[in-house]
Amino acid sequence: MANITEKLSKLFPQATIEGENTPVMTVPAAQWHDVARTLRDNVELKFDYLVTIVGMDWTENLGCIYYLMSTDADIIIGVKVLAEGERSMPVLPSVADLWNVAVTYEREVYDFFGIVFLNNPDMRRLFLNIDWKGFPLRKDYDEDPALNPVSTESERQTDFTDVYTRSDDGKIVKTPRRIFEKEEFVVNIGPQHPATHGVLRFRTAVDGETIKKIDVYCGYIHRGIEKLCETLTYPQTLHFMDRMDYFSAQNYHHALCMLYEKAAGIEISRRAQVIRVMMDELSRIASHCLFIGTYCMDLGATTMLFYTLRVREQILDIMEKTCGARMTFNYDCIGGVMQDLAPDFQDDVKALLKVLPANLKEYNDIFTGNVIARNRLEGVGHLTREDAISYGITGPSGRASGWACDMRKLQPYSIYPELDFEEVVMTEGDSMARFKCRMKEIEESAKILEQLVDNIPDGEYCVKVPKMLKLPAGSWFQVTEGCRGAFGIYLESDGSTKPYRLKLATPCLPQACVVDHITRGQKIADLITIGGSLDYIVPDIDR
Amino acid sequence: MEVTTKSMPYEAWKDNEYIEKLVKELQESGTNVVVGSLDKLINWGRSNSIWPLTFATSCCGIEFVSLGAARFDMARFGWEVARSSPRQADFMMVAGTIVHRMVPVFRRLYDQLAEPKYVIACGSCAISGGPFRKSYHVAKGIEDIVPVDVFVPGCPPRPEAMIYGIMQLSRKIKVEKFFGGVNRQEKQKEFLAAHPIEGVED
Ligand code: SF4
Repeated sequence: MANITEKLSKLFPQATIEGENTPVMTVPAAQWHDVARTLRDNVELKFDYLVTIVGMDWTENLGCIYYLMSTDADIIIGVKVLAEGERSMPVLPSVADLWNVAVTYEREVYDFFGIVFLNNPDMRRLFLNIDWKGFPLRKDYDEDPALNPVSTESERQTDFTDVYTRSDDGKIVKTPRRIFEKEEFVVNIGPQHPATHGVLRFRTAVDGETIKKIDVYCGYIHRGIEKLCETLTYPQTLHFMDRMDYFSAQNYHHALCMLYEKAAGIEISRRAQVIRVMMDELSRIASHCLFIGTYCMDLGATTMLFYTLRVREQILDIMEKTCGARMTFNYDCIGGVMQDLAPDFQDDVKALLKVLPANLKEYNDIFTGNVIARNRLEGVGHLTREDAISYGITGPSGRASGWACDMRKLQPYSIYPELDFEEVVMTEGDSMARFKCRMKEIEESAKILEQLVDNIPDGEYCVKVPKMLKLPAGSWFQVTEGCRGAFGIYLESDGSTKPYRLKLATPCLPQACVVDHITRGQKIADLITIGGSLDYIVPDIDR
Repeated sequence: MEVTTKSMPYEAWKDNEYIEKLVKELQESGTNVVVGSLDKLINWGRSNSIWPLTFATSCCGIEFVSLGAARFDMARFGWEVARSSPRQADFMMVAGTIVHRMVPVFRRLYDQLAEPKYVIACGSCAISGGPFRKSYHVAKGIEDIVPVDVFVPGCPPRPEAMIYGIMQLSRKIKVEKFFGGVNRQEKQKEFLAAHPIEGVED
């Protein structure tokens, strides 16, 4: 790590660098675009993956922290840039030309903080209506429901987006730009549509049956979790992790607990570590099973759902015995886990591992080799490795494109470094590869469970933690692996019992936004194949 | 009169006073025998094949999926025909959070359901906003948007609870009157008049 700090300070003598594990470099806004280009293109650095953009309101000024990762060296750095201009119109240069995913992330920051990004081709709100008053994540946001009432009136929509640029004399100019061309035929798909997997909406421009462009319209389940977290104490924030990507409930819980423990300097027992990892992997199997089932159902193979839900139910039973719930487990807590394992946990897991291979074989027999399935999946929705990185597509979808992005390997955490499992990476990059990748991951997860099931050490399941947990002032960033990809959390604490800012960078937002890129030129029927294969969860997109 | 459905023993219901009160209210106006038997026939048919609209916004919806699978198998009760179009569905299982942006869409879906139509508020989010009640972008319960027939509490409700909820609905349908008497439709009209869609003039 010292190495990277040195390199950075040599390249950017004007920047200040702090932090040990994840160095954070502060750069003036005027230089940010050039610095960003160097960070991405310099052969020694090659920060080609933009993990997330954290919008921040430090009350006296607004700004962003960009988290970048180099896929070669597995190093994460942060770059802090303060916005220029008044609070009424703070501006930052856009980096959308360097990382494709930045278009969406910058829109999100604009929506929440009102920071305008110059030269971003699509500077609209992302989750909230165009008539929304105020920027909700600012500290001085007025939450009065009378300002933004619940209304049954259809929201106002526009066919235009804005591009902000700086003219030669330094003024900011706003230019409207058409989202769709005037003569384009636009079909609306969603938000109430069985194949969008939740309330997501695609405004699709079509030419006959060929897709020309998709405008992804989210926010139909935007629940404002990040803002809510700022009003709750640390242990209270945990339960939201169950309700974003509800299939990765355990994994997300694990991630947030780990971050709090890191910040508070709490060491947890080995028993708790093992239990957490086992729960994570059980969740992964259940999640992938449900993916296979619903995906096949989207494609018309309804039977598969019944086969895959059988395994899922078995896993839910195991979880229920220990956690007491079927979906919103709230099991991991700061210091370990809520309660000890159920007495027959080990037997149940063994029973599951026993039936799993036969089930997988059955899935393959029914679906994978099927001619119809192969025709519909193979070669459809191709995503290259470069695009996967630039669009920030992590998880099985990214690995199907040949990008080894498993955070369990890249940013090892908990007991994963000791475990023997393989990262499933495929090169085809089509829908079939994404499907198969998940199939194989089930096997790998089973392998992890096999290693652990007989080796759960004795000890306490939860260490003593102060009732009112206070974290020292500071900031932390961490990336872990959920069931659908890299889950990043940024935490800033001001020393109180509540987070000052908690940013949840979920894997599904980029996955939904890449749909436009992948589907261009494909047939409209393939939209379902492609969208399904990316396996996004809409509450995870919107949070 | 003991109103029950799907061979549930009458004593097993937890809210018999409510249904008895409802029946009494309905019968106050009195009905003639022919119309009464016609009602019974229609209600028997309707209460045994209520079709849901596939409408799920978040976590609760996944439990609804489990309901469709082999283990909880709602096909046992004639509810398995989940329709994707509101025009073909009888009731709406509102499973999940309803946020500001979704409200107009949700209301339109409700308006598009064909009569007679019913709504089940499933899960604490639909009932009150649930864990997100204090959020700036969440509707605090769907009761202000559409008339609700049955509430199923839980976060998410267990599939068994959902089954119980839909059975409650089917029981309510059993005592309804479509000819004369206090008609459900009138109550609905009252509600809709009290909660008009803003910005639309008739
Ligand atoms: S009630 Fe609970 S489980 Fe259901 S949608 Fe709301 S948060 Fe999710």
